[in-house]
Order: sequence, then structure tokens, then C-alpha cells
Amino acid sequence: MTLEVDIKKRLNGFTLDVAFSAGAGVTALLGASGSGKSMTLRCIAGVEKPDEGRIVLDGRVLFDSKTKIDLPPQKRRVGYLFQRYALFPNMTVLQNIAAGLSLEKDAAVRREKQSSLLRRFHLEGLEARYPRELSGGQMQRVALCRMLAGEPEAVLLDEPFAALDSYLRWQLEREVRTTLAEFSGVSLLVSHDRGEVYRMSERVCVLNTGKSEPVVGTRTLFERPMTLQSALISGCKNCAAAQIDADGNVWVPAWNLKLACPPADGRAVTHVGVRAHYILPAAPDTENAALCRITDVTDDVFSRVLTLMPPGAQAPLRVELGKEDAKGFFVGGEAWFALPKEAVMLLGDAEA
Amino acid sequence: MQELFGILESLDFSPLWISLKTGLVATVLCFFLGIWTARWVMRMGKRPKALVDGLLTLPMVLPPTVAGFFLLLIFSMRRPVGEFLYATFSIKVVQSWLGCIVAASVIAFPLMYRNARAAFEQVDIELIYAGRTLGMSERRIFWRVVLPSAGPGVVSGTILTFARALGEYGATSMLAGNIAGKTGTISQRIAMVIQNGDYATAGVWVAVILIISFGIVFLMNVFADSRLKNVKKW
Repeated sequence: MTLEVDIKKRLNGFTLDVAFSAGAGVTALLGASGSGKSMTLRCIAGVEKPDEGRIVLDGRVLFDSKTKIDLPPQKRRVGYLFQRYALFPNMTVLQNIAAGLSLEKDAAVRREKQSSLLRRFHLEGLEARYPRELSGGQMQRVALCRMLAGEPEAVLLDEPFAALDSYLRWQLEREVRTTLAEFSGVSLLVSHDRGEVYRMSERVCVLNTGKSEPVVGTRTLFERPMTLQSALISGCKNCAAAQIDADGNVWVPAWNLKLACPPADGRAVTHVGVRAHYILPAAPDTENAALCRITDVTDDVFSRVLTLMPPGAQAPLRVELGKEDAKGFFVGGEAWFALPKEAVMLLGDAEA
Repeated sequence: MQELFGILESLDFSPLWISLKTGLVATVLCFFLGIWTARWVMRMGKRPKALVDGLLTLPMVLPPTVAGFFLLLIFSMRRPVGEFLYATFSIKVVQSWLGCIVAASVIAFPLMYRNARAAFEQVDIELIYAGRTLGMSERRIFWRVVLPSAGPGVVSGTILTFARALGEYGATSMLAGNIAGKTGTISQRIAMVIQNGDYATAGVWVAVILIISFGIVFLMNVFADSRLKNVKKW
């Protein structure tokens, strides 16, 4: 079961240009808001039309601008979970679920499926309720149930947790994860939240103002991002232009630092990235250490964020330390900090 | 008091039934036509939409007599369309109950069309998308998702249409005339009896129209209030 997408669509301000292939399991589309993630999902579902390109699901052509194939959403067998669930407010839970069985013509089969779905999603007893009488979690279960009722071959999840507060979110995320684990088709999760993507998906495709990057394993994206864009979207706080020297070290003009780094293996390196929590206080003779001036100390919820200026630097470094570890540092002070060699990520440009 | 009973006893109630019948038929016509037109106009591009919307709204802003004049131009027996309708289908619009319906429908139509369109344009598009991805047919989505969602707007449009059709005077008097027992609606009866100086009978009919019209608007407000629980006062 694979979903192949290669589409272009002109939007306000930029052109959506997305190409990726997703197999069974959860693939995430990660990008900032307004990067065209939701539009991509809508094109796959068939409620929006790409300007050109091709969408193929398990060998079935859903859309092809060359051969003028454009299956209506009703015939695509693609489920869609909306951010605010889009439950029909005038229908009961049971009627909402029945709407998901629209394609099933046999009434007896439909009734049987309904009751087994109600059991599976723990919705027994709620059949006669209207969406406004449900809690957030119940609403999500109804939406999931309705989406899977028609046995789609792919499901699209459009920022399903964005509207929830963090406590409820954790629990609902787990429920969705369990449901998707049992689903044999292709799942696409759209999100701007890197934590959510890390917890929920196996592979990820980064979207950067409409342009997609190659699909990579989710762990890989966070441990070894290959491009500046993926480093930024995966939450790397320190990124700067850089070049590899002849001796294999990397020279970062903005920080006025020359850093030992993992081998570049012939890749074109344009930037480096160092995650804020990998930079640590160090002894003066440590590798990649510099005597930095502390220009700011900000208390975060469970950590303390220091802003450092290496000698002669134009751009600061952000360091995240545990509250205990950060005790001795004050604004205006100077201290030695090291950027461990294995934490230096060599980045290319997405266009390259 | 004695006088009032006297008037009621001798009153010809036909205007009430003619007005109610006309209002009902015109409302049913406008309901389907208005909804269909609203959908049609919504799908148009910006410029054609402005043009067509303007034309469709004209009967609401023009004096009804102007609409009546145009209707006469079309349906008069001495003109091609009127002549054709009578010769081929024996349909007579001028000086007939059909004329009452046509006049009332044309005048009341913009109320239905505009309210329906405003209501449709507020429907959450994600609900429609959801219906499509779930495999619901477009027709089913319209009747089961869009209409219930746009319900309050459509209902208030329907009620206003009925109220407007019920009281129509200008276009009706020009197209259908005031034939007692046939095209004589309440508003035409009021004008007629006042011309004859019979203020008592006029008063009775005015009271009838007042009660019906106020009742309709009152009901509509009660209905709308129960639907809009979250409206804040400001």
C-alpha cells in the first residue's frame, strides 16, 4: 500500500510543489503554519484541485493532470480527520457514523458495521447524543470512527490536536496512535508541532513554503537533519552559515568559531546547527570550547536559557541548561562553554 | 360593539382566503426557486455575481408598481408572451388568481434568495468537505448537511417571504386587478373600502393584517432566539 503524490498548485504568495511517497504506517508532513500542509491534504482528498501533477493510491490513479483523471472525493477512499472534527451538528453520534457508511448500500450490513464500530470506539451509550453534548475526547473518537467506517485506504489527519490543551492532548494523542497502529493503510499526519511528529510518525517530509524535502525517518530528522530547513523545523535553536576548511574543521563566521566536526563525507555544507541543550559549561582546554560573555538569562518552565556571545561573534548562541546547572551564571559574566564535536550538525541547503 | 358584530356578520371573508392561498403558494415557489438561485449565484465569478445579484434584488428595492408595470408588459394579452400562453396553454395571468401568485412571488422572491444565500455562505465548508470524503452524494450533502446548518437563515427567509407575499399590493393590483372573490386580496380590499369611505370595514381588515404580520415576526423572533443561545448583549 503506497500513496504517491507529485503535485503543483499556485497559492496566494507561493507555489505548492510537493512530491513524496508514503507507505503503510504514519508519515508526517511537518512545516510552519502557512507552508501548504493542509492544502496538500485537501488535494489528496480531492476537495481541492492541484494545477498539475499526479496522485496515485495503491496503483489507483486519483488525479492525473496529463490524462485528465480527477476522481471525486466520494470515490477516492481517502479518510479525512479535520482539526475541529467537522462532526455534523444536526446529526446524532449514530447518524454521524452512518454518514461514514454512505458507500455501503446493504442496510443490514450497515447496521452490523455500525454496532461493531460503536463497540470498537467505546461509543456505546452515546449513540443518541449530539456532537455539542460530547467531550473533546468523545468528539475525536466519533470523528475517527466515522472516518474509518468507510474502510478508507488512506487517512489524512489535519493538525488533529492543535485546538486542545496539553493535558487532554496527551491522552487523545495516545488514542489516535493506538487507532492508527491498527490501521493497515497509509496515514498522513499534518502538524507544525515537532514533538507530536516525533511521537506519532515513523517517517517525515518537511514542507518549506510549499516545497517538499525528501522523506526521511523521523528519528533521523531529529538526530541528523541534512538541511538548514529541517534543522530549523526540528527545533534547532543555533544555526549559522559555515564552510568546511581544508583540515576538515568547520569555520562559522557569525560565531567567530572554528569547530571540530564529524566528517562531511563530500556533502555540500552551507550551514551548521547545534541544539541548545547540547552546549555545556566546560573546562578551558576542552575541544570546541570558547570563553563566552553571557548577555541574557531567561527562566523557562523547567530550564534556564542563556544567551552567549563567543569572543568576536556577531550572532549569539542559545544554551538550555537545567535550573541546577545554570545556577552560577549571570548576565555580564564570562564562562567557558563547549560545543561537543558530535553535536555539530553539518547542513546543506534544501535547494541543492 | 353592536356595530362591529354587524360588520363581521356581513363581512365577505374571501380576501382572507385569497391572501392566505396566494401567500402560501408564492412562498412554496419562492422557497425552491430562491434556494436553487442562491446556489447558482454562489458558484459564479465575482463580476457576473454582482450583476445577477443586482438584477435579482431589484424587485425588493423598486416600487412594486414598477414591477407590476414590467409584469404587465410581459403577460398582457396584447403582447407576445401573454398571447402565446393563452393561445397554447389557455393560461391567463392578467386579471386572474395566477396573476396574484406571479406578482406576490416576484416581489417576495429577493427576500428568500438573499436570506438563503447569506445562510449558505456561512455554512462551515469543512462540513461539506467531510461529507464528500465520507462518500455522501452532493444531493445528500445539500439536504442533510447544508440545509440543516443554514436552517435558521432559510427559515427566517421563508417566513419573511410569506409575510411579504401576504401583504403585496402594488404589483398585484396592476397585474391581477381587484376582482372580488377571485383576485381581491386583503390589501386591495382595504384600499377599496377606504375609497368608499367605509372606515369600519377597513379597520377590521387592518386588524387582521396586523395580527397575522405581527404574529409572524413574533414567532420568527422566538424561533431565532432559541437557536442563537450564544449571542451576547452589547
